[in-house]
Amino acid sequence: MSNVATLSGISVHRGKTEVLHEVNLQLEAGKIIGLLGPSGAGKSTIMRVLVGVQARVTGEVSVLGAPAGSAKLATSVAYSTQSSSVFDDLTVEQNLQFAREMVGAAKERIGGVLAEVGLTAQAKAKVGALSGGQRNRVSLAMAMIGQPQLLILDEPTVGLDPVLRAEIWAIFRQLANAGKTLLVSSHVMDEAERCDQLVFVRDGRVIASDSLANILLQTNSTSAEAAFLALATKQVAA
Amino acid sequence: MSSMTRTAAIAHRVLLTIRADKRTVGLMFLVPSLLVGLFSWMFNSATLFDKVGGRLVGLFPFVVMFLAASITTLKERRSGTLERFLTTPMKRGEFIAGYAVAFTLMAIVQSGITLSFAIFVCGFDPKGNSWYLFLAAVVNALCGMSLGLLASAFATSEFQVIQFMPAFIFPQIILGGLFVPVEQMPDTLHTLSDWLPLTHSLRAIVDITDGKPTSDILLEVGIVAAVCAGSLLLGALTLRKRT
Repeated sequence: MSNVATLSGISVHRGKTEVLHEVNLQLEAGKIIGLLGPSGAGKSTIMRVLVGVQARVTGEVSVLGAPAGSAKLATSVAYSTQSSSVFDDLTVEQNLQFAREMVGAAKERIGGVLAEVGLTAQAKAKVGALSGGQRNRVSLAMAMIGQPQLLILDEPTVGLDPVLRAEIWAIFRQLANAGKTLLVSSHVMDEAERCDQLVFVRDGRVIASDSLANILLQTNSTSAEAAFLALATKQVAA
Repeated sequence: MSSMTRTAAIAHRVLLTIRADKRTVGLMFLVPSLLVGLFSWMFNSATLFDKVGGRLVGLFPFVVMFLAASITTLKERRSGTLERFLTTPMKRGEFIAGYAVAFTLMAIVQSGITLSFAIFVCGFDPKGNSWYLFLAAVVNALCGMSLGLLASAFATSEFQVIQFMPAFIFPQIILGGLFVPVEQMPDTLHTLSDWLPLTHSLRAIVDITDGKPTSDILLEVGIVAAVCAGSLLLGALTLRKRT
C-alpha cells in the first residue's frame, strides 16, 4: 500500500515548550485515517504540520512526494480548520464560489459538491444562519471542490448529533471509495470504528497507529476507549 | 486560474461580506456626512466652515476605514479562513491586493458622498479643484485602511482594535493641525507631526483649498500614498503562512 504522507521524527516547539515529540506517521492512500485523542493532545498541530502552516517544525514531512506546504500541493491537499473556517456572512453558494476560484475548479463543481453534501436546497441561505451540521458540511464541500487527493479535516463532526455524524461519515466513505485519502481528527472515541486506520495521540506523542482490530488485539481490549486507556497508562508508566 | 482572478475574487468576496451587513454599510456611508453636517451647524459661519470643511471630509473616511479594515481582517485571521486559504494557491499579496481593491471602491463611494454632502448640503466652497479634493479624500481613506490592516496583526480581539483608535488615530488627529497649526506647535511636536501620515493628508487638503500649486498638492498626496503602500507591504509581511 502506498503512502500519501509521511512524518518522520517531527517535533514542534511553541514558545519554550515542545508540543509535539518525535512523531512518526504514515498515511495510507485511499483510507480514512482517524486522528484521535483528547483536546490539547496535538491533533491540530499534526494537521497543521501536514498542510505546512505550522511554524518551528523539525524533522521530515513528505506529502504526495513533496515537502509540506509546497506550491504543488496547494490544489491536491485541502484543509479545514477546527473552527470550520467558513464565511458566515455569505451564502452557501458564495462560499463555494470563492473556494472554487481559489483552487481554480470548474463552475460545475459547485452544483456537484452541493449535491454530494446534501445542501442543494440551502444554496442561497447564509452560512451563519445554518445549523452546526450544515455549517460543517459547507466547510467539507469547500474542501472537496478542487477534487484534492488528500483531505485534512480538523474536528469535522464536533458537536453533531449521531444522525448528522453518520451522514458526514457516509460522505467520507464515498470519498475514500473514490480513492481519496482523509485525515479526520476527533476527540470522540466511538468514531474510531468508522476509520480504516487509527492514530492515537496523547501529550504530543503518537501512542498507536494501526487498524482498530489490531489495536484491540494488541491491548486485549474490546473498545477504542479501553484501548486508548490501556495505551495511555502504559505511556505514563514508561 | 491567475493571480488577477484570485485578487478579483477576494475583492468581490470582501464587498459581498460588507454588503451583507446593511447597518455597517449605512454607518460607513452616512456617519461621515452627518459629522460634517454637525460641524457646519456648530461653526454657524461660512468662512469658518470653509477653513476646516475640507479637512473634515478627509478625516472621517480615514477613521472609518481604519476601523472597518482592521476588524474585517482580524475576523479573517481569527475565524481560520485566512489560514485555510493560505494553504490553497492564494498568495498573501493577492489577499492584501484584494482587500485594497475592495476598500478603494468603498472609499470612492464614501468620499464621494461626504464631499457632495459638504458642498451641496453644507454649502462648503472647495475653492480649489474639487476633483483634487476627492482624490485626496480617497487616498486618505486608503491610508486609514492600510494602517487598519497592519494594526489587525497586533490585535488578538476586537476590543484591542477599538483601543488602537485612541492609541494611534487620536494623536494623529490632535497633532494633524486641525486644532493648532502645526507651525505653532512646540518644536518636538512639530517634528513629530511631520512624521505622521494624517498631517500630510490634511496638509494636502489645505493646499487644495488654499489654491497652492499642483506640485505642492501632489507632494503631500504622494507622501500619504507612500505611507499607504508601505503599511500594505508591512501588512503583507505580518500575514505569515506558518504560525
